[in-house]
Amino acid sequence: MSEMPYFQIKNLHANVEDKLILKGLNLTINKGEVHALMGPNGSGKSTLACVIMGHPSYEVTAGEIFFKGENILEMDPEERAILGLFLAFQYPVAIPGVTVAKFLKSAVDAIAGEGGKVKPTEFLKELRDNMKYLEMDETFVNRYLNDGFSGGEKKRMEILQMLTLKPGLAVMDETDSGLDIDALKVVSKGVNRLVGPEFSVLVITHYERILRYIHPDHIHILIDGRIVMTGGRELVKELEEKGYDWVREKFGHEVLVG
Amino acid sequence: MSEIETKETFASGEYKYGFVTDIEADEAPKGLNEDIIRFISAKKNEPEWMLEWRLKAYRWWTTRKEPRWALLDYPEIDYQDIRYYSAPKKMIDRFKNEDGEIDPEISKTFERLGIPLGEAKRLEGVAVDAVFDSVSVATSHQEMLEEMGIIFCPISEAIIKHPDLIKKYMGAVVPHTDNYFASLNSAVFTDGSFVYVPKGVKCPVELSTYFRINAQDTGQFERTLIIADEGAYVSYLEGCTAPMRDTNQLHAAVVELIAMDNAEIKYATIQNWYAGDEKGRGGIYNFVTKRGHCRGRKSKISWTQVEAGAAITWKYPSCILEGDGSTGEFYSVAVTNNRMQADTGTKMIHVGNNTKSTIVSKGISCDESVNTYRGLVQVVPGAKGCRNYSICDSMLVGDKCSANTVPYIEAEDSTAIIEHEATTSKISEDQLFYIKSRGIDEESAINLVVNGFCKDVFKKLPLEFAVEATKLLEIKLEGSIG
Repeated sequence: MSEMPYFQIKNLHANVEDKLILKGLNLTINKGEVHALMGPNGSGKSTLACVIMGHPSYEVTAGEIFFKGENILEMDPEERAILGLFLAFQYPVAIPGVTVAKFLKSAVDAIAGEGGKVKPTEFLKELRDNMKYLEMDETFVNRYLNDGFSGGEKKRMEILQMLTLKPGLAVMDETDSGLDIDALKVVSKGVNRLVGPEFSVLVITHYERILRYIHPDHIHILIDGRIVMTGGRELVKELEEKGYDWVREKFGHEVLVG
Repeated sequence: MSEIETKETFASGEYKYGFVTDIEADEAPKGLNEDIIRFISAKKNEPEWMLEWRLKAYRWWTTRKEPRWALLDYPEIDYQDIRYYSAPKKMIDRFKNEDGEIDPEISKTFERLGIPLGEAKRLEGVAVDAVFDSVSVATSHQEMLEEMGIIFCPISEAIIKHPDLIKKYMGAVVPHTDNYFASLNSAVFTDGSFVYVPKGVKCPVELSTYFRINAQDTGQFERTLIIADEGAYVSYLEGCTAPMRDTNQLHAAVVELIAMDNAEIKYATIQNWYAGDEKGRGGIYNFVTKRGHCRGRKSKISWTQVEAGAAITWKYPSCILEGDGSTGEFYSVAVTNNRMQADTGTKMIHVGNNTKSTIVSKGISCDESVNTYRGLVQVVPGAKGCRNYSICDSMLVGDKCSANTVPYIEAEDSTAIIEHEATTSKISEDQLFYIKSRGIDEESAINLVVNGFCKDVFKKLPLEFAVEATKLLEIKLEGSIG
């Protein structure tokens, strides 16, 4: 039997509020690969991100998702995180009264499990180091998580969490939306710090802009709940020139039938 | 006792203070009449004037009806079916705190509660008075406090040793005619703590009283009086537990605080009386009158409470801000689960000019409990430049509980500035999903959110109390979800 891929989605169908959004999605990501998933509004990009992480509002009606050989659809979100999955949220929620340091220490300890607890001094040192790398002010450590943060600060916080938790596979749900060019550079710098043989990432985006800073090996185009086109970097350029209508025209018929 | 163990005192597991200490008790028969009051007074070797004061309160009480305006639903209380006095038989010399001098059974009880009575094992930086049923059993740190002129002793002893102070101040803030339960307390109070901090003295340790109900069918009626003279400072902590029983027990306490010019009193409570089981059987009925009087200019009184126990809570720690420029504060976390009912809040009465008050109330309701904030902010005519800021937040955990906010605002002077904010929230699915996606399980995620919600109050507690409060909250939330 051949070895199972690092991360694989097979024939995924998912509903939200009884509406079918994902209609037979297939995707394979190998260890150390950088993938980008592009698609117009309403194509199912964020639904895919939520389903991968296990949001309770989304119902999977068919299909499978394997990560490190396990069918994660049967797991709670926290179990998926412990296995090494990470989701950078499009709209991170605020947790008033819980400091960034307290939250991240709880997360690091939860993922490390019994016996793997990190010493507070080491934890803080690494946290400060990562913050410096992401050009964040040190005072963030004691601010309440995402409470009163600007859009850009929230996105940086997501990347800080990713650097701290060191996942095996990160899904970034439109992390680039609403960011100015400087913030975008910082966020990309954070992702690129992790890129390597032990880290895979799925960058979900509407625009090609972020892909100037994070360089994917594979590009997928999602339309109406299915990946209709997969290719290399040349696809980005084509999209940039011709827009999503070009893909729709090319695959519209198939998509409608699907 | 190590520091870690001390921090475990109120919390770890289910209600672990539900045990009963097997000890011979000296008790009054059940019921209430003038003879019982004479009996209590005689047991305490009280002077005649104290007995007269008690009787006066009793006679007033008999003419009154129990108040029923709170959002609390409980059966009629049979005041004749309650025992008003119970004391451990072997009395001890309170001031020699060698272990051997206290009945080992009682000593063990307080050890189990995390309150070591032996001087050798005393808590760092905390002087403790322990009240077991009707009697104070031990007070620590006496010598050091005496050297500074600070009086910290059982109130029964203060009545005998410091009659002038008692005559002058007892009932000065909460008179014997104040309300039904305060009046009952004035008639039958059995013990409690007395604190006097003289002019200019800053009390260097936290003073703490630990109340324990042990005997069955016994009411607990403690009375605490704290006076901070000009420029004095004192921080006081109060903790409460009781055994698990399937009948209800009555607790009606009175606390009076008096702050003179530039004096400051901080009063913190962690109330964890037995709250009854999940079906609402048993638990303490907690009817408490707590009031502070900022008499002096620029005096300050602050109440911090974590109300986590008792089947019924009826409690409104208040401040009368008489001295010009005085400040009153109320920080409260009230958490209810199972069938608990809490009607709690504060009253801030602005009498002096430029007086300020702050109210921060956080109510958390779980299961089928009912949690009500009731508060009054009053500015009397002619009180100039007064300010109040109130924030009352409620959080609902589950969908069978309820939260109510009943704020009264009576601003009778046009210069007053009063701000009131109120919110009600549920822990959202998105919040939980976000936290869980970082590897944290559901129960810990809820704890994080709720603790964050209480942060503004917890940070007002002394550190060791804050740790206990956090743990207590965790226990209350256990099993409330899913």
